[in-house]
Amino acid sequence: MRLAAVFLVGTLLFLLARGFLVPRSFGQYGHYRGNAIAEIAARPVAFAGHQTCETCHSDVLELKQKGRHARVNCEACHGALAKHAEDPVSVKPAKLQAAVLCARCHEANIAKPKQFPQVVPAEHSGGAACDMCHRPHSPALDSGKRK
Amino acid sequence: MNITRRRLLVLLPAAAIAWKHILAGTPEASPNYKLTEHWWGMLVDVTKCIGCGNCVRACQTENDVPDGYYRTWVERYHLEGWAFQNPKVDSPDGGKNGFPPGNQSGGKNFFVPKLCNHCVESPCTQVCPVGATFVTPDGVVLIDQKYCLGCRYCVQACPYGCRFIHPQKETAEKCTLCYHRITKGLTTACCESCPTGARQLADLKDPKDPIHEFLRTHSIQVLKPYMATNSKVFYNGLDGSVR
Repeated sequence: MRLAAVFLVGTLLFLLARGFLVPRSFGQYGHYRGNAIAEIAARPVAFAGHQTCETCHSDVLELKQKGRHARVNCEACHGALAKHAEDPVSVKPAKLQAAVLCARCHEANIAKPKQFPQVVPAEHSGGAACDMCHRPHSPALDSGKRK
Repeated sequence: MNITRRRLLVLLPAAAIAWKHILAGTPEASPNYKLTEHWWGMLVDVTKCIGCGNCVRACQTENDVPDGYYRTWVERYHLEGWAFQNPKVDSPDGGKNGFPPGNQSGGKNFFVPKLCNHCVESPCTQVCPVGATFVTPDGVVLIDQKYCLGCRYCVQACPYGCRFIHPQKETAEKCTLCYHRITKGLTTACCESCPTGARQLADLKDPKDPIHEFLRTHSIQVLKPYMATNSKVFYNGLDGSVR
């Protein structure tokens, strides 16, 4: 009888301690805390996504679609701009340096795919800025007015 | 009902277990997001990668990755002649600032972007002693930062070297496949910023996802298939020298 009582008290204490120590969502989906999934998903985003940019900048989208940069997303060059998308008035995107950005992709490198357009900047333009001739949103030389 | 001591002894633990299950309900990640309707992976087209490092920088910005640590990185391979078992590989600062043109000529040269392979049979989740890392019902390997002890078992277990210990938090970190973005209907930061489309997020449960057509019509490889990790990062045009 006494042994059974000790066992009962022990079991209850164990369950009580377990109830306090193990989070409620542990084991919901597997051997982990189920709420962790929602917590990780709740993190704010830094890149707004091109769909968000295009809701306001449809003129740029139109221009881009005609050129070779049609599939280059806005934030590939302009950087993370979710804050600008949330508050377009007070958060303005930084001015971009064409020389750095263009070279990052188009500077010749033997490991780049052969069909990808590459130049040795010094030989190609003799030090002139890329956007003297090419417009970043539609880079072909004959594609009209600067944007 | 006449409850005897013996009956009470049986009932109490059962009631405790039942109560725990009642309490286990939790809201989903996003209101319209259903965990069971997705199975995430990624397509990496090596033939399109230009080594610009946009993905590495975007990942760092999106996920506050500390300097010198990488959730994704780009490697440059250089092979001379037929010596494909001895490639020369470099990845200066994870390829974050691109790759210097260098004076190498000849041989075979290409870039390989790498990230967590979000394995179905992930060795890293199997070794965790506290249940801090896991595969979600939608196929993403995540880390519960509140549960991780920083014991480093998972860092050693990953065959792809995708995990690190955060220098300040002292917990394991890795690519989350931008879980906070994909559950909101966005693509990952690396895919969003890749200028050539070398990376494509893929939902293997979505019959309309172009991944299915791509997998059917291309020669696809995963990294270290002999590890039988059932990786979900699919590489197109991957050279046999890549490890």
